[in-house]
Amino acid sequence: MTLPKMLRNAKILAQQELAPRVFFLVVEAPDIAQAAEPGQFVQLRIPLGEFILRRPVGVAAVDRKKGSVAFIYRVVGKGTKALATLMPGEMVNVLGPLGHGFHMDYEHPLIVGGGMGLSPLLYYAAAMQKKGDVLIGGRSEEEVFWKDLFDELCGEVFISTDDGSLGFKGFTTEYLPKILEDHKYDAIIVCGPDVMMRGIARIAREHGIPCEVSLEKRMACGLGACLSCSIDTTDGKRKKVCKDGPVFPAEEVFL
Amino acid sequence: MDESLHTNLLGIEMKTPVLTASGTFGFGEEFADFVDLSRLGGVMVKGTTLKPRRGNDGVRITETPQGMLNCIGLENPGVDVFLAETLPRIAAYGMNVIVNISGSTVEEYGELAKRLAVPGVAAIELNVSCPNVKEGGIVFGTDPEAASAVVRSAKANTDKPVILKLSPNVTDVVAMARAVEQAGADAISLINTLLGMQIDIERCQPVLGNVTGGLSGPCVKPVAVRMVWQVAQAVRIPIIGMGGIASAEDAVEFFLAGASAVAVGTANFTDPAITMAICDGLAAYLENHGLKSIDELIGKANPGFLKGGR
Repeated sequence: MTLPKMLRNAKILAQQELAPRVFFLVVEAPDIAQAAEPGQFVQLRIPLGEFILRRPVGVAAVDRKKGSVAFIYRVVGKGTKALATLMPGEMVNVLGPLGHGFHMDYEHPLIVGGGMGLSPLLYYAAAMQKKGDVLIGGRSEEEVFWKDLFDELCGEVFISTDDGSLGFKGFTTEYLPKILEDHKYDAIIVCGPDVMMRGIARIAREHGIPCEVSLEKRMACGLGACLSCSIDTTDGKRKKVCKDGPVFPAEEVFL
Repeated sequence: MDESLHTNLLGIEMKTPVLTASGTFGFGEEFADFVDLSRLGGVMVKGTTLKPRRGNDGVRITETPQGMLNCIGLENPGVDVFLAETLPRIAAYGMNVIVNISGSTVEEYGELAKRLAVPGVAAIELNVSCPNVKEGGIVFGTDPEAASAVVRSAKANTDKPVILKLSPNVTDVVAMARAVEQAGADAISLINTLLGMQIDIERCQPVLGNVTGGLSGPCVKPVAVRMVWQVAQAVRIPIIGMGGIASAEDAVEFFLAGASAVAVGTANFTDPAITMAICDGLAAYLENHGLKSIDELIGKANPGFLKGGR
């Protein structure tokens, strides 16, 4: 099924630095706000002449009443650096919403994320209306500023840091089995570094809990045409992260 | 409103002389939300091979200043799936479907041309210049004799117009163009991507999984315009100009150099609706310059332009 996609200039309503090099961008795009499902992404056009490829960014929040859509992105290169120079009132060209999102028909999912992977999960948590708990992983306390964003959207908030500066000391994959000892979930929804998603998906499988993962790949068109973001599925098929994903059942993409 | 842009190329009625380049526009359907596909002169669909190909592993694209490198490696479901599933599905859009084909032997081009001689296919484009596959490809694109053999093989197996896509990765593009005209090609499209590479200075290794890739985008446009100019002085068959076109102004340059039509590639990634803006801009340019038809623009800046059978 192909969902409707929009291509439009959107006015920037807010752009603020949440943490070092991590930006929160809000744009006015009522049609995209209306259509976007949790887990979907958009392709933002980078201002200034040098850049010809858009940058894929997950939808972090929508406000359908205000007609606004929010994204959280990290400045990693010249393109995102240019994006971060845009000021409220200026325009940015948005293509989306793209791809397929997470399933919403769970009673009590555990949301697991690390790094920028937490951005699309924020929208998922909001859309699930406190039905979910969240496990946030990071290297240290500074990296888990996400806690404040998830606090009011989830039931329980679990934190793990590699250095133990906040919450459980260790990886999310070390914490998860302990959480599962006394909590019951009907799904695990995960987005983060590849190694983390594989680890979480393995634990979910061992516990017989359905798991959905959101993949990240370099892409050009975002529409399933250029084939830059091809992946192998476990049953030997080729799929496109942009069009068939970015969300996949874990067993479809991880052995 | 597109009256001045209407053209007939190779017996194909085209509402506009603006096509989309193979590999950048999928099968057209992916862009249907943004583009009136029937307004395009044609859609040169994703490169098709006899057998399915999974393409290259590792990183397949990377951005460069005013351009990008790709090494997709001709991932495609194969001609049987194209004929059975894709072609019937995209027929509804009413676009001219030009099928880009790649073979690893001369005979494979003939076989592909034969299988694709079906209703719904407007023309065949021979890809003899893919830089991203190990066998075949680049050899056919850099040797006039081999390219000619490919053209003859395709022509012997189809009545559809046969377009040969030339590689810029040659010393003498004119010699290549003359050879394939001689061999019976109905048109030439140029340019394919320029071979390039990028190195990750933190990891100290090439960025692309295939090490090298094809460079495209605005950065290659001057090379493409120059090659269209030179080839237009040497052959009489029509030229479909492509390489870095991102605006109507860019397209005008190609017509002035001697292209009979243009194809838009990488710019579709920047703006999926760009082809419509280019059509609008071309019509406006003609009007502003007192020209009634796009045909009046072809070769206008090129004193050595050979009119011939265009």
